[in-house]
Amino acid sequence: MSAKVEYVLRFGDNSLILGQRLAEWLGHAPVLEEDIASANISLDLIGQARLWLTLAGRIEGKGRDEDRLAYHREQQDFRNFTLLELPNGDYAYTVVRRFLFDAWHCLALDALSGSHDTDIAAIAAKSRKEAEYHRLHSGDWLVRLGDGTGESHARTQAALELQWRYTAEFFDSDAVDAEMAESGAGFAAASLRDEWLEEVTTVLAEATLKVPAAAKFVSHGKRGRHSEHLSRLLAEMQVLQRTHPGAKW
Amino acid sequence: MSEDEKQGGTGGRRPLVQEWPLWEVFIRSKQGLDHKHCGSLHATDAKQAIQMARDVYTRRNEGVSIWVVPSNAITASDPGEREAFVDPMADKIFRHPTFYELPDEVKHM
Amino acid sequence: MYTQSMDTDPETRNPVAKVSAVGRPEEQRFQATVDAEGKIEPRDWMPEAYRKTLLRQISQHAHSEIIGMFPEGNWISRAPSLKRKAILIAKVQDEAGHGLYLYSAAETLGQSRDEMMAALHSGRAKYSSIFNYPTLTWADVGMIGWLVDGAAIMNQIPLCRCSYGPYARAMIRVCKEESFHQRQGFDIMLSLSKGTADQKAMAQESLDRWWWPVLAMFGPPDADSVHSGQSAQWKIKRVSNDELRQKFIDATVPQAELLGLRIPDEKLKWNTQTGHYDFGPIDWDDFWRVVNGEGPCNKERLAARVKAYEEGQWVRDAAMAYAVKRKARQHKEAA
Ligand SMILES: [Fe+2]
Ligand SMILES: [Fe+2]
Repeated sequence: MSAKVEYVLRFGDNSLILGQRLAEWLGHAPVLEEDIASANISLDLIGQARLWLTLAGRIEGKGRDEDRLAYHREQQDFRNFTLLELPNGDYAYTVVRRFLFDAWHCLALDALSGSHDTDIAAIAAKSRKEAEYHRLHSGDWLVRLGDGTGESHARTQAALELQWRYTAEFFDSDAVDAEMAESGAGFAAASLRDEWLEEVTTVLAEATLKVPAAAKFVSHGKRGRHSEHLSRLLAEMQVLQRTHPGAKW
Repeated sequence: MSEDEKQGGTGGRRPLVQEWPLWEVFIRSKQGLDHKHCGSLHATDAKQAIQMARDVYTRRNEGVSIWVVPSNAITASDPGEREAFVDPMADKIFRHPTFYELPDEVKHM
Repeated sequence: MYTQSMDTDPETRNPVAKVSAVGRPEEQRFQATVDAEGKIEPRDWMPEAYRKTLLRQISQHAHSEIIGMFPEGNWISRAPSLKRKAILIAKVQDEAGHGLYLYSAAETLGQSRDEMMAALHSGRAKYSSIFNYPTLTWADVGMIGWLVDGAAIMNQIPLCRCSYGPYARAMIRVCKEESFHQRQGFDIMLSLSKGTADQKAMAQESLDRWWWPVLAMFGPPDADSVHSGQSAQWKIKRVSNDELRQKFIDATVPQAELLGLRIPDEKLKWNTQTGHYDFGPIDWDDFWRVVNGEGPCNKERLAARVKAYEEGQWVRDAAMAYAVKRKARQHKEAA
């Protein structure tokens, strides 16, 4: 698989897997207004996934469309960050996960909007507007939960401790990143680190939350080495396509 | 409902003091048009109310301006208002009935 | 129907008609407005029984929208294509919106959303019992859109002209969105009917399960319906259960034929004299069993709702606490 296909899949899979997780809240959110808000965000993400996966299939040139890629790949072929496949947990866990990712996503899409590849740049520019709103939404909730009650503060800090260790992956560079950065179609993964940390630290401070210590652990979902959770998520997501090969829906 | 009732005049149930306040939402659906009342929602403060109004009342719409007002800040003279229909959002076309091509035999749906 | 249970609630079994028979001036003004197809607005004078009936009907309608998210929500994670997934999320999200519009409309009658939800959670308030049936296959998602939303539209279009302004306005918004719902459901059925043998079988099996419960959605026969008379006079309910049911059957049979599906009713036959379809007897015992809590999913549906509400309490409390703190801080800064 070419570096470009792999790179585009990373963006598509990030949006797809987070969108899938977020949709699990629909009908179960803490307040009706939030059912609607998280559905909007989930819809944006799945929309982005469709664009990225379609592009990946086109660059690959083997006739795989968005559904072929979403429904007929094994877990080790998925390229999303490990953070995004973890089960939802409580609302604090969901909000923290989203905020950590949304902050990165905005920076990443900014960087990609200047990509030398016009297809990549176009999808990034469109997704960027959506990501901005996602970040506002999750950042807002992060502050409310962090600086809310004793219970919400404790839950949010705990969620942060659990998930912080998965963020190292955002900035971990491999050959795919290097090649894409080199060609001007992508960006250097590590280059977003400082800005991300500064922004996240500011919001965490407003939320009266402590920045967790850096961990030695680095997850490698974007290279296809996932947690135990992705396979189960996919088993559910792919069930109809897998049990009815060739059927159209 | 009076403030008194809100403070828990509901018998043995959980006191309702913590229910989020109600906000009225007004939307300008197109440039040049007035803001129109389109409904209400619950939110803890104005910032959140604006955000939620965007998600709740502009799901099929783009480029709108939103006002939110705490419901209890409104002094009403005439409650009769015309509904502002919300215009379609271009990239969410699957929400629209016309997105689905029906066989000619199905006349009305 | 979504509002079926207003006819089935034991509390409303006592006819309320007497109440509005008297001729106090404000009462006459009220009825004159209603008769002239005018709208009653929240601050207008209204008979207490009118307010109560509306409150019950609108809140039950809202509860139906909210509980109605579960059977379809059950398939979002398994939707068989990304397009279908997006459509289904948007559809279920719309139902959340409908619930919200309707709770808002009911709140203008003086009950808070939390109070209405408390009534739902305690089992005092009813919701449409169609949502107490399980969604076992993907075809059920199509079936709900095609038949359940289809039936809902028939019931809801007349409600857009309901005499109570906020309800009528909420219904206009709702009906505008419902048309997309029915079409996406029919579109799913269309794909299945053109699909593999397994997919066709899936579609037929689903119709076999849903057909009769959907017909029962329109509520008991007019002869057994308690106070439709009063509701009609108040222009809250404008078309009778039997009329709506017949209209639904007449519209749906040709659609089923087009899909190549067999409607599970031996007695179903076009009657040239009446210009309508004749159909077999509805199992009202099953209907009442489900209404009274003995359907396949009554307990699950309610438990899921209560769980979401209770687990959300700390979140709602936190947001409220934050808003209060922030306001206090702003006051301090201003001082
Ligand atoms: Fe609905
Ligand atoms: Fe619907």
